Amino acid sequence: MIAVATIAILVVMILAITRGIVGPTLYDRILAVNMFGTKTVLLLSLLGFLMGRPEFLDIAIVYALINFISVTGILRYSDALGSTVSVDEKPEKKES
Amino acid sequence: MGTVVEISSGFFLLVGAFLSVSGGVGVMRFPDFYSRMHAVGVTDTLAASMILIGLMLQMPESLVVVKLILILLLTLFINPTASHALAKAALHNNLAPLLDKSGDNNAGDDSSNS
Repeated sequence: MIAVATIAILVVMILAITRGIVGPTLYDRILAVNMFGTKTVLLLSLLGFLMGRPEFLDIAIVYALINFISVTGILRYSDALGSTVSVDEKPEKKES
Repeated sequence: MGTVVEISSGFFLLVGAFLSVSGGVGVMRFPDFYSRMHAVGVTDTLAASMILIGLMLQMPESLVVVKLILILLLTLFINPTASHALAKAALHNNLAPLLDKSGDNNAGDDSSNS
């Protein structure tokens, strides 16, 4: 079951990084990076159990904190940028 | 007793894997940023909780459970906060939601699925 969950998490990480590459707006990319970070935490936990080394959980905790700090920092930056410049790379009519 | 714990652990892990994959498919196929954020919200909180509870049941009675509870609490506090900040920043920067104007919101919206 741990192997099945690990494979599912890997598939979801591939999907998230694809959305991060093709995402129409900046916020889609930030969303994909946030999802990728959460899935990194889960993947580290699962790999620790799969390889019989639960010490990986400490690294997973650190990754969760880094993920939160990075997303909040990027959002602060885009908020400050958005008051003067439109940060949408394309207008929101990409999906027609 | 051990068998019950193992079966419930496998059940939680499978439910978490299914929810993760459904959230990933939703992220690829939903037409709008805000609906994509809904899919990510499902994946980030519920699937993560399921997988972490399943991992807790793998090795009860050890220090690992404390670390897993810590990761679970961090996930449950951090991800809604990040989602809220993201939606607020997107609305603040005039990213309009895709509204149903002419009833064609499911006609040809996934130009980038895989």
